[in-house]
Parts: sequence; structure tokens; C-alpha cells
Amino acid sequence: MIPAFNYVRPASLAAACAKLASSGTHAHAGGTDLLGCLRDGVFAADTVVSLSGIPDLRGVRKNLDGGLLIGAMTTLAEVAADPAVAAGYAALAEGALSAASPQLRNQGTLGGNVCQRPRCWYYRGDFHCARKGGDKCYAVKGENQFHCVFGGNVCFYVHPSDAAPALVALGATVRVTGKDGSRSIPAAQFFVGPETDYTRETVLAPGELVTEIVLPPQPPGTRSTYRKIRARGSWDFALAGAAAVVTVAGGRVTRAKIVLSGAAPVPWRVPEAERAVTGQRLTPQVVRKAAAAAVKGAEPLAENGYKLELLRGAVEEALLRLA
Amino acid sequence: MAHDHDDSDAEDPKGVSRRGFFTAVGAGAIGAATLAQAQPGAPTPAAPSDDPTKVTLLVNGRRRRLLVEPRWTLLFVLREKLGLTGTKVGCERGECGACTVLVDGVPCYACMTLALEAVGHEITTLEGLMRGEELGPVQQAFLIEDGLQCGYCTPGQVMAAEGLLRANPAPTLEEIRLGMSGNLCRCGAYAHIFKAVEKAAELKKAAGR
Repeated sequence: MIPAFNYVRPASLAAACAKLASSGTHAHAGGTDLLGCLRDGVFAADTVVSLSGIPDLRGVRKNLDGGLLIGAMTTLAEVAADPAVAAGYAALAEGALSAASPQLRNQGTLGGNVCQRPRCWYYRGDFHCARKGGDKCYAVKGENQFHCVFGGNVCFYVHPSDAAPALVALGATVRVTGKDGSRSIPAAQFFVGPETDYTRETVLAPGELVTEIVLPPQPPGTRSTYRKIRARGSWDFALAGAAAVVTVAGGRVTRAKIVLSGAAPVPWRVPEAERAVTGQRLTPQVVRKAAAAAVKGAEPLAENGYKLELLRGAVEEALLRLA
Repeated sequence: MAHDHDDSDAEDPKGVSRRGFFTAVGAGAIGAATLAQAQPGAPTPAAPSDDPTKVTLLVNGRRRRLLVEPRWTLLFVLREKLGLTGTKVGCERGECGACTVLVDGVPCYACMTLALEAVGHEITTLEGLMRGEELGPVQQAFLIEDGLQCGYCTPGQVMAAEGLLRANPAPTLEEIRLGMSGNLCRCGAYAHIFKAVEKAAELKKAAGR
């Protein structure tokens, strides 16, 4: 049984933000991450603030600039099935479809997906690790086959989202609202790595909520995809993955964004790999070079060196799909 | 059941035979269309504390009024408060699918759904697929194709299949594999389960439902 908590279901965003500003409160979007954390005692909630009573947070709309606006409470299943997302932002549609299981995609929301807590088994388990206020990361000398190869510092988890790498690669903006108003944050700056602050995963301040994801229009000739590699054919978190967005003109890449999943505590952009394809034709040789550049500088732990091969493969396959 | 109050005239499932129980639930399901219309736009619950809150859940077409603690999952309420034990407890962490129910016709994990979040939505459990003592087409298909071994995961598999077929009445094998991927079978009866879903699509089509 989950420990007891209070439950409120405000009818407005302002009321929800006011509630969430006090400590001990946690937002409930789809609940699929929150209930697991509460049940496992990762953290406790005095009050759960349900967002399901707030109107207008769900659905995909066309933006005035030709891009899309996706409400934070839109389920992953709805994102994956939306024709406009599939047509213009394939990496996001594929990322959303590759996340979790059908049931969890029917329940879990895009806003919740980018605000997930780490899936590290020490963090989720009965370990007082650094992220929970302890003084060490148990993965460093422990079972670290699923941990990060980039961006680790004090804490070494990998960001669990499949949608987030696509959002970063597509240049999305995260709209958030708090008790003092709204602000827009580029997806690339929304996630907080442990080198900046190992106690949080996003820049959200207490009382702030993700309300909307803004997808900008993509230049003509742009295509995108997300390649996910997991330990089994059925559903699982990514061992490694790559979201790739390329714009091609006259057969050559004029712009590329490549973002890794399963690699780092945040969606991990790999500028060297992007440079390796920019100005080039996406031939197997060019793609191989880019894939090798994607894992340059990686610092694997004792048991996750295999991820470098997988990440190389994910980048290679993603780019070849776009060739 | 202390706080449970059912405002339909069906008998209390407690103390009746399993067969009589299914009959009662099946009879309730026939009234679904009219009762469903009463629910949308229902006031949202706002429990001021962790005390039990009075809510109405629409389960298999019947309105069930009961007191619910905020921390109670839909799975707990269905089984322990409403006696609907067709929904199974598996992992209780959103990984196995044994607790799959339909919420507004869409498959969801009842173990990862707060009962309070289900207020205002139409909930369908395995019992809701029965018509009196007659199995629904998806249940029949699992029987015909031997889509089970121990049977523990079967209610969840049936509900996932029901949800899949409501959204996609004629799925390809690949669509079936994807649609059923949120339900684990420790006996490994997957090949038969996929056949059962194909058969269920045929039976549903033939029955026009």
C-alpha cells in the first residue's frame, strides 16, 4: 500500500501552481512515474496535486508559425498517433511510440515523460545515494551496466526519456508556468546534468509546471528519426539510442542535430557527429565517421563499455534511415 | 464493503455464488449506455485530506458509490472494495499487465491508476465483457485458441486484446504483437495469445461488436 497522502485536483493552472509551491507536494500527470516512486519510498508526498482537472492542457494544435503546440497532458499514445506529429516530427512520434508499453503510453503524458525521475536502481532502491541526500553514488563501484558513459559527475544515471532526445534534436521549447507567470525554455536547457546540480533533473522551480511543448517549423528538406536499442524486443528503457534531424539540400546535409539517449543523465547532444555529416552526402562512409565521432570522449564505467558500440550503431542506423 | 453503496438494484456480490455474481454484473452491463451519459461533467473530487472521500465510479456500466482513500489504486478498489477479482494483482509496478482494465475503452494499468483519477471515466473490467453467463468474443477466442497455460495473466491479456480491437478491429500480426506488448505471460503462451487475438477479431466481426 502506498503511504497516505492528501489529494487535490485543482480546476485551474494558477491554483495548481499555488499548491505546488509548498514543499512536500508532487504533481500527478499520468501518475505512472509518481505512483512507482511513492510506492517504493523514493520520496514521500504530503499532497498529490492532480493536473487532470485543469482544462486545455491536453491535445495537439497547429501553431501560428506553422509548428505544433502539444499540451503537457497529452498522452504519449496520442503524441505517437497524431498525424501532424508523424508528418513533421517523426523523431518525436517514434520516440513516443518506443517508450514504455501500450498501457503506459495511454496513461503517461508528454509533460510527465520529460519530468521523469531517474530510473537508476540504486536511486529507486533502498540506497541513500547522493541524489537522495546521501554522500555517494552506489553505481560507481556497483552494478553499473545501465548507467551513463557521458556527463556523469557524483551521479551516473541515464535520462530515461525517449521523447526528450527527439525534442532537443527538433529544437523544441518547453513552456512552463509558475505562480509568478510563464516562461519558455529551450528543451536543450530544460534538463539539468549532475555537474550543474545532482539533486534535480530539470530547471523547474518549486510550483512550476510544464504546460506545453512548442515544436518549431522545420526547414524544407528536413527529416528526422529516433533509433532505440533495448535489451529485448518488447518494451524496455533504452540501452542506447539516437534522435537525428537532418536538413538536406541538393543532396548534401546543410544542418544536423544528433542527440543520444541511454548515454547521459540528460539528452546528450553530440556536436562532433553533427559536424561530421554537415556539408556531406549521407554515404555509409560519412555516417560511420559521424557514429565514431558520437562516442568520442565517452567515459564508460566498469560494466557499461558495451554501450559505446550500441551508441555508434544507433547513430549509424538513424542517419542511414535518413539518407 | 462497509462503505460501498450501489445505487443500481443489483445484488451485493458478497456472499453470492461466482456464477450468480457474473450474472449480476452482466445484467448491469446492459444498462451501460444510459448510465454512461449521467457521468461526464461530474464534479471533480478535491479531497482536503487523506481521509476517505465519497466518490462514484462507473464500473461495467454500473454506478458504484463508495468511500476511497486518496492512496488507493483502482486495482485495490476493484478487487477489495467492489469484489471484482477478475482484475489480477501482478507486479504492482506497471510492468506485467495482469491488472489491465479499460478506462474509456483504452487499456490502462489499474495498479498505476489512483481510484480518484478514475472518477468520471468509464471503467471496464473482465467481468464487464460477460453477457450474463456467456463469455464475450475475446474470452471465447482465448478458450478456442488455448491462449493460456496457468491463466493468471489471462484477464489482463483479454482486456488488452479487447482495447486493441476496439481501436483497431482488424490488426495485423505485427500490430497485435505491439498492442499486446504490455502484458507478460510467464508461461510463454505468446504464440497462442496472438492467435487468440486474431480469432477474437474474427469473432467480434461476426458478432458485429
